Amino acid sequence: MTSRDRPIALALRGVSKRFDRPAVDALDLTIYGGEFYALVGPNGAGKTTTLRMVVGLLRPDAGSIHVDGIDTLSNPVAAKQMTAWLSDEPMIYDKLTPYEYLEFVAGLWRIDPKPAEARARELLGWLGLEPHAHERCEGFSRGMRQKVALAGALVHDPKLIILDEPLTGLDAGTARQVKDILRARVRNGGTVIMTTHILEVAERMADRIGVIAGGRLIAEGTLDDLRRQTGATATSLEDTFLTLVAEQAAA
Amino acid sequence: MSRQASLTWLAGHEMRLGWRDWVALVTAGGRTRARTAFIALVVIVILMHAFAYWTVATYADANLASDTAALVGITGTLVLSWSLLLSQAMESVTRAFYSRSDLDLILTSPASTRKVFAVRMGRIAAGAVAIAVLLAAPFINVLIALGGARWLAAYGVVVAMGAVATAAALALTIALFRIIGARRTRLIAQIVAAVIGAAFVIGLQIAAIFSAGNLSRFTALQSDWMLRHAPDTASIFWWPARAVLGDYAALVAVVALAIAALGVTVAIFSRRFGEHAVAAAGVTAATVRQRRRGLAFRRRSCGSTLRHKEWVLLQRDPWLISQTLMQVLYLLPPALLLWVTFRTGHEAFVVLIPVIVMAAGQLAGGLAWLTISGEDAPDLVSTAPIPGNRVLLAKVEAVIGAIALVFAPIVVFLGFDSIPAAIICGLGILAAAAAATAIQLCFRAQARRSHFRRRQTSSRLATFAEAFSSIAWAAASGLAAAGLWQAVGPAAIAFGILAAVWTMRPSRT
Repeated sequence: MTSRDRPIALALRGVSKRFDRPAVDALDLTIYGGEFYALVGPNGAGKTTTLRMVVGLLRPDAGSIHVDGIDTLSNPVAAKQMTAWLSDEPMIYDKLTPYEYLEFVAGLWRIDPKPAEARARELLGWLGLEPHAHERCEGFSRGMRQKVALAGALVHDPKLIILDEPLTGLDAGTARQVKDILRARVRNGGTVIMTTHILEVAERMADRIGVIAGGRLIAEGTLDDLRRQTGATATSLEDTFLTLVAEQAAA
Repeated sequence: MSRQASLTWLAGHEMRLGWRDWVALVTAGGRTRARTAFIALVVIVILMHAFAYWTVATYADANLASDTAALVGITGTLVLSWSLLLSQAMESVTRAFYSRSDLDLILTSPASTRKVFAVRMGRIAAGAVAIAVLLAAPFINVLIALGGARWLAAYGVVVAMGAVATAAALALTIALFRIIGARRTRLIAQIVAAVIGAAFVIGLQIAAIFSAGNLSRFTALQSDWMLRHAPDTASIFWWPARAVLGDYAALVAVVALAIAALGVTVAIFSRRFGEHAVAAAGVTAATVRQRRRGLAFRRRSCGSTLRHKEWVLLQRDPWLISQTLMQVLYLLPPALLLWVTFRTGHEAFVVLIPVIVMAAGQLAGGLAWLTISGEDAPDLVSTAPIPGNRVLLAKVEAVIGAIALVFAPIVVFLGFDSIPAAIICGLGILAAAAAATAIQLCFRAQARRSHFRRRQTSSRLATFAEAFSSIAWAAASGLAAAGLWQAVGPAAIAFGILAAVWTMRPSRT
């Protein structure tokens, strides 16, 4: 089964957002269920703005967004129920422990306490946070905070996980753990959308890669698709990406 | 131009930062705001001078140096102001150790930490003096205009008070570092600062309650007992008061002693500044294990989940602990007066209820900022499958719940003496708390909880509205307790403030 035979997990149609200049410009994007999709682009390309509109943190000026067929603008609560968002800056409560944080997140998503707790314990174990489960997060390193935030994103078992630069500032071991967990999610049928500046990560992990520049999707597909688009065959994603962005800038 | 990293070079750097902080505080960065702020400042200065004229004009020509009652009154006022300065300086000194903004840069640079510390303490002293001068200037200016240049000496006393307050704050903070360690010093210093700021006022009020049965601070200062036991007018104890009255010999002595006290304190303690700052930096990495009664997730509704989270965070918030403690301390004299009144059968609710209502409004404003604007995980809450208005409602419920918890005992106690007074007090508390919360809702802006101290700078309009609203509800409650229909006046003003806030609230996109 190719990815296109799968149900659509996320569909953006003509989505635009303008601040002092257009940040996202009539963007169309389709991501299928069980797909690992990487969104790459230069700084200020509109990646984060796009994802923040998907999770309801920004309202688009125009266009529509559907998560698993649900219109996020007309039925945001239902769309949020199946989505998780993780930003590059882990936002957790310093005065709560990881255990209390996960209980809070499970409460917000109205997850039955018993399975939520079992899932929380499993996640804390996977992420090596068990010894710190009852310590306040205020003394945690950035990597540990990111792990707590990731556990929070996964505790309600979302269909769609959206991550904005999740590997920024993480050490190699923690980054590996995060990547393993995301791969496992995709293997189990979940959908992952991730922005990253680490092109090697996109190249290795993503089923498809979207290149965004100036608020528009300028290329999309597997690494081979992207290479074909630039006319090169044996180049890395980095070379392909730089060529695509340079072409867009020149156009 | 001064040599790099020298004392004057560092002082220049601190002055530039201090000036920019002050400008940002007043103007919030906008040119239009700067003009508005300037006009507002002029109006406030005029009003304060008018108030000062009304208060002190009659004393301008008086010869008070041999009047014990006057010396006691002036000294009492100086000690009262100094305790507030000490409280402010202690907060600043604690911040100098714990704020990481530029300490990492400074401590890793080859600049002398002693010099940096000395300059920073100088800045704190200057800040304390500036605040004192701003508050005292209208009174001193009126006295100079009406009574002559001898009153200029009062400015010298203000400078001395700022210097001594900083020296005492520094010594107290370092003592705390040594006695209880860096980990606990921040919280305890905040509490000590709050207690010091309130203690003298409260002490005088308690003395006044027992001696005259009212809350006036000056009743205790002017009591027969106090005047009988006061030192002779020639005693050096009165030097600060005599300096205020234009005794230049006393002024020179007071200022010299104050500056020497600051200099010696800084010289003694500056050697260990780096050591304490490094210890304070290590505090952030300290681990706090949280004990938990049960180890199972509990079933809660979304609203209950949010309220519970807010209450847990409030309960673990050191600022809140110190502020609540201060509010509780301020409520001690009214509670004592209530007890005395209850015992003797007199009715003093007119004095009591406004104090309680005012305290409730102020505490609710702080709590509302912490719960509504001070959300540390805004993305999490915004992306949760809960309607935004349900989230806000849960936060408001958390504030009102916390206020009810703090003030319910006093209302219940009041009810033992007078049910109508208890009802009026309860309604006043509810109105003041609800109004303060509504104002914070109108001016909500995303911020970190740790930025609580900057909340006044983010919206001065909200700060003033919150204060005036609490005053209006306090006045309405007091008049209602006295059985006067005029209570509708301040209540109408309070509603007017809310309406004005609603129209001026920033637009949300």
